[in-house]
Amino acid sequence: MRKHLLSIDDLSADDMQTIFETAAEMHDVQRRDVKKLPALRGRTVINLFFEDSTRTRSSFEIAGKWLSADVINLSAKGSSASKGESLRDTVLTVTAMGVDGLVIRHSASGAAQQVSEWVSCPIINAGDGTHEHPTQALLDAYTLQRTLGSLEGRHVAIVGDLTHSRVFRSNVKSLVKLGAQVTAVAPPTLMPSGVATWSKEAGFTTAYDLDEVLAGAHGSVDAVMMLRVQRERMSGAYFPSAREYTVGYGLTRERLGTLREGAPILHPGPMNRGLEIAADAADAAQSVILDQVSAGVAVRMSVLYHLLAGPTEGVTP
Amino acid sequence: MPTQIPVEDGRVVLDAEDVSRALTRISHEILERNKGADDLVLLGLHTRGVPLAQRLAAKIEAVEGATVAVGSLDVTMYRDDLKSQPTRTPHRTSVPGGIDGKAVVLVDDVLYSGRTIRAALDALSDLGRPSVVRLAVLVDRGHRELPIRADHVGKNLPTARTEKVRVRLEETDGGADEVRITGGAQ
Repeated sequence: MRKHLLSIDDLSADDMQTIFETAAEMHDVQRRDVKKLPALRGRTVINLFFEDSTRTRSSFEIAGKWLSADVINLSAKGSSASKGESLRDTVLTVTAMGVDGLVIRHSASGAAQQVSEWVSCPIINAGDGTHEHPTQALLDAYTLQRTLGSLEGRHVAIVGDLTHSRVFRSNVKSLVKLGAQVTAVAPPTLMPSGVATWSKEAGFTTAYDLDEVLAGAHGSVDAVMMLRVQRERMSGAYFPSAREYTVGYGLTRERLGTLREGAPILHPGPMNRGLEIAADAADAAQSVILDQVSAGVAVRMSVLYHLLAGPTEGVTP
Repeated sequence: MPTQIPVEDGRVVLDAEDVSRALTRISHEILERNKGADDLVLLGLHTRGVPLAQRLAAKIEAVEGATVAVGSLDVTMYRDDLKSQPTRTPHRTSVPGGIDGKAVVLVDDVLYSGRTIRAALDALSDLGRPSVVRLAVLVDRGHRELPIRADHVGKNLPTARTEKVRVRLEETDGGADEVRITGGAQ
């Protein structure tokens, strides 16, 4: 495994399975009375969040603490970043305090990669702009693998705001690497530019009609991943109205009825209930949205363990 | 340059029958010490301790006619040498019925420095509070680095630090059971 986790590109399919195997053991720890393992005792991890986050930050915090690391949370609000300090200075300052690992989220794509060139400790990308969010993709694949058994030959439909979604970008890479078939569904305005070439290279298909996809136009669908409509990243009008988006691309009660029985429904959260996903679908028996959250802690424990527990010198950067 | 030692090298110190006899004796010792099979939990340490614990349980069941709880314990996360080697994927820890108030017998193949057992004792304390913890090993090869001793030993094997003790079990390595000493002063 590499020193950093900046992108799914850093991981081979074998690396991912190693992470999942460890995560499965970590999952058991979550059910114990004493939720603590000593693997990262004496190590310090800083969660450096320049963007708002509830689940990713707390998930990393719990993961670190259950491995006995000292976890410090820093957010842009209330830190010197709001006084105008540059990213480089902030990062160099916190690492100068003696940090063993840095979890970073930033609104600029490539921020984690950039930071990894400035400091010597392992960097974990917790979301950079519209680029990647590798631990989310890992926990999604882990959840799917637990539900479906294996991802080999399985068909996953990823639906929603693909242009602004780092979750989508990371998920396409991981799911294809694990042998799944991916169909990306979005209105033309929310389909990333250059998707035609990209999808050919990466090995996934695109579609504009959700109902056709769910009806099996690209093969029967084994799982649906709904993505959030990211209004905060939208500068223009990508669709006429929320209602129109829901009619065309929301996982409504009617569409829920067309899904194969037991086909897992995923959503990385936070959900816009009633917009991209109806309450009936979010709370359906086949929804694994809360399983994703608990898997998130296990997968992040696994990632922190593999990146930080071993020797820190002499690792391939 | 370290040279690869062929598996056939060295000398056999325990063959399949010796291993079986040693386990039979240990199973009787465990029963004697515990005054029966009540509240007994056998916990095998990964990798080869797990099948050994299962074999001991089977032998105890054959003698007592009572079922014995068998589990496995992974100590990867509790090791004191985590920082000096690449991370390993932990194995399954499973403790059917829990360990609170039970008599736990840790089972491993070779007792050497005692560091694995130290880690296992830490792991146990995170899982619960046994009434007593004992240690059964197939081979004790000496060279302890911690104040730890075994309660039940299959064979005491005086070795040099330069020697290697190789345990092969049917379940984990295929072929017949065997304990072999290889290497040593050249």
